[in-house]
Amino acid sequence: MDTKTPVDRRQFLRVSALAGGGVLLATYIEPVANASARLAGAPKSAADFEPNAFIRITPDGSITIIAKNPEVGQGVRTMLPMIIADELDADWSKVKIEQAPLDTTKFQRQVAGGSTATPTNWMPMRKVGATARAVLVSAAAQTWNVPESELTTSASTVVHQPSNRKASYGELAAKAATLTPPDMETVKLKDPKDFTIIGKGMPGVDNHKIVTGKPLFGIDVTVPGMLYAVFEKAPVYAAKVKSANLDEIKKEPGVKHAFVVDGGQQLQGLLGGVAIVADTWWAARSARSKLKVMWDEHPTSAQSSKSFDAQAAELSKKPPMRSLRKDGEVESAFGGGNKVVEAAYFYPFISHAPLEPQNCTAHFKDGKLEIWSQSQTPEGGRAMCMQTLGLKDTDITVHMLRGGGGFGRRLNNDYMVEAAWIAKEVGVPVKLLWTREDDMQHDFYRPAGYHFFKGAVDGSGKLVAWKNHFVSFGDPERMAASPQPNTPLPFAPSAGIGATEFPARFIPHFALEASVMPLGVPTGALRAPGSNGIAFATQSFIDELAAAAGKDPLQFRLDILSNTPIAQDPGPAGAPPGFEGARMRGVLELVRDKSGWGKTTLPKGTGMGVAFHFSHRGYFAEVVQATVAKDGTVKVDKVWVAGDVGSQIINPLNAENQVQGAVLDGIGEALGQEITIENGKATQSNFNTFPLLRLKQVPPVEVTFKITDNPPTGLGEPALPPVVPALCSAIAAVTGKRIRSLPLSKQDLKWA
Amino acid sequence: MTFTFKVNGKPTTVDVPADMPLLWVLRDVLDLKGTKYGCGIGQCGACTVHVKGTPTRSCRTPVQRVQGSEITTIEGLSAEGTHPVQRAWEAVDVPQCGYCQAGQIMSAAALLARNSNPSDADIDTAMNGNLCRCGTYLRIREAIHKAAAMPATDSNGANRTSKSDKN
Repeated sequence: MDTKTPVDRRQFLRVSALAGGGVLLATYIEPVANASARLAGAPKSAADFEPNAFIRITPDGSITIIAKNPEVGQGVRTMLPMIIADELDADWSKVKIEQAPLDTTKFQRQVAGGSTATPTNWMPMRKVGATARAVLVSAAAQTWNVPESELTTSASTVVHQPSNRKASYGELAAKAATLTPPDMETVKLKDPKDFTIIGKGMPGVDNHKIVTGKPLFGIDVTVPGMLYAVFEKAPVYAAKVKSANLDEIKKEPGVKHAFVVDGGQQLQGLLGGVAIVADTWWAARSARSKLKVMWDEHPTSAQSSKSFDAQAAELSKKPPMRSLRKDGEVESAFGGGNKVVEAAYFYPFISHAPLEPQNCTAHFKDGKLEIWSQSQTPEGGRAMCMQTLGLKDTDITVHMLRGGGGFGRRLNNDYMVEAAWIAKEVGVPVKLLWTREDDMQHDFYRPAGYHFFKGAVDGSGKLVAWKNHFVSFGDPERMAASPQPNTPLPFAPSAGIGATEFPARFIPHFALEASVMPLGVPTGALRAPGSNGIAFATQSFIDELAAAAGKDPLQFRLDILSNTPIAQDPGPAGAPPGFEGARMRGVLELVRDKSGWGKTTLPKGTGMGVAFHFSHRGYFAEVVQATVAKDGTVKVDKVWVAGDVGSQIINPLNAENQVQGAVLDGIGEALGQEITIENGKATQSNFNTFPLLRLKQVPPVEVTFKITDNPPTGLGEPALPPVVPALCSAIAAVTGKRIRSLPLSKQDLKWA
Repeated sequence: MTFTFKVNGKPTTVDVPADMPLLWVLRDVLDLKGTKYGCGIGQCGACTVHVKGTPTRSCRTPVQRVQGSEITTIEGLSAEGTHPVQRAWEAVDVPQCGYCQAGQIMSAAALLARNSNPSDADIDTAMNGNLCRCGTYLRIREAIHKAAAMPATDSNGANRTSKSDKN
């Protein structure tokens, strides 16, 4: 979940405050008055109908819908406009989509993160479309002098059936522009059975530009007079520049500027380094190959993956620094004839590695900053630029470009503040582009994690006790101190765990405890943050307990989920909605039936594994079938996915793509991805040492959604976590050896 | 130094360092932004173009090596985006983020030029050097099969635009 770090938590609370809708809609309804904020560049004509910040209908019949959120491949630039267009009854085939700039006054939250776009925008976007439709109906009623109740709409046209009259939205625009839109809170919405766009598979709105190679991404931005920059940062995070051969670098061909950036110690902010600015990127890159930098000593330069492993093992033997949850009497449940299982699980640091390396274009002139960025949190980036450069928010314009993958990497805005700083220094537009090596070695990694489990099943095979001593990263002193109310737990970013994480609440004796180690390596949210590691450890250990109980692992899970959960403390406003056992049972039963679980006879060397996970409000259960050769080579044969994200799949075409992508992402992570830390720095630097999944490794992924009577929720993330433990359990089913450490490429999977 | 070659049929002369990779000549000198930078070491395939019809990693190809060659980039694969691979990619809705897709399409077009009816295994072999971080691989396979079954020209292909085009 994205609620485990201070920054993420604030974001989450903000969403929750907005989800009610009142404040949100009040700003949407304000007509676009400021011509400079207009997107198409065309001057507004009095005959244009702009009922809110999202819709513009001109007399020639052209309908433009504004896409408010950052697009990084999750399909939101298509999905949110679809919702508006459906309630507007617009002809989708003719609607034009425009990307909004950063303007949170007008558009409220503009973030790509936490799979939040659907749950937070579903009702507001419907109301935006319905309000505009209502005005167009009023305009027609007044024009024809007929009651509104006799009018219908479809495909951008108002129809008066009794008199056989029709008017296009374009024809009605001038009249509509003179009318006051109705109250968004009370506007009538469609019955879902009448949706004509929502629920239909719509291809991505940028597809044609993508397949024809049009400039579209952040890296494609060109500004007249632009120079190109590279930026070398310390391999040990936040170390400062002691000296550099700048005079030599300035003599290199094409180089216009070379200078030291001091930077600070905040890992998310501007860090020290050397900027080289040249007339082409290749010239800057070539000059950098001659750059010699002496870095200052840094206290974290002794940290390493090996030292973390050793510290974690030590900490596991000591009392935990903090208890995060305690139900019943877990220690006594480990006695009394119950069968006890203990196991230690580990997952490594991994990198986001979006295919478009971090980059940003900035122009600083006369105290004003203009930025072109594919940030997932452009508002956060603007705030960082304000703070670091001493500007006001009104001094900064942010253009939101399509991002070549996000996966959480672009939730941080380090590249943005670097570009801004360099642009201010050189006074002309600058495109900063990182190399792949920069990108992989200066990531905000998925933090490694260590889980020391102890569980017990009783004589009837029922799970009765569970203890997890979670060893992670953070501030040990604060973790060991008395908890302070309303203070976030002192975990490193995305290195925490929720006190309601399964199997909490579903078993009588439960203890979740934590200890942390200091960390100088930047960490952050990677697709399904927290969950992407926790699900592996937790669901794998569930399988171990099922084996101890002599139960089928899928039935064992259904049994646990059938327990009446301990009532959940409602917690502070904005706490994630509770995990419902019945909804998870629903997807588990569905994936059981789809995969033929327990009914298929598999050849020797082939096994099946099952897992589920709840994250980002989504319920997912997955079965993996894998074949393991005797030499340990793994082939994933097939994955079955069952998901419950509520009552409506808004864009089924993209929904399937997202789920398949998340599953393949998880398989890639499990198979071979690891960032190892040595001497305080990341060892891996490119795809030759950090392997992404390739086509030959890709299995069929069969996706089924269970439609339930719940509000629609997001799909970018929740399909990822279960596939990792399901794959590991499938392998274990063949080899007889439980996988307790990732990646799989480092495990001995041979069997005889 | 000056180098002369053809890009998308157009005779082109550039004055750049001999070791400058073709990728950066295309992107930053000739302003053809469709070819993408992903890794710089020939591992990801995002920079794939055709040099004399052969799929080539432009990030690892110094410009001096293409002196006198015919180069085709994603922008030149077809005039209106109507190459069967491009049409199939849209019909199947392959892209997620879209960043790798120009390279995927160039590799796929080269495959179909030499094998008009590839099997899954042929596709896997030809496309294994193109990474898709979003995991659109299943649709890439599907789209290549679809493109193989398509006529070479698109009768409805004129004036095709993205919904996000402003005009």
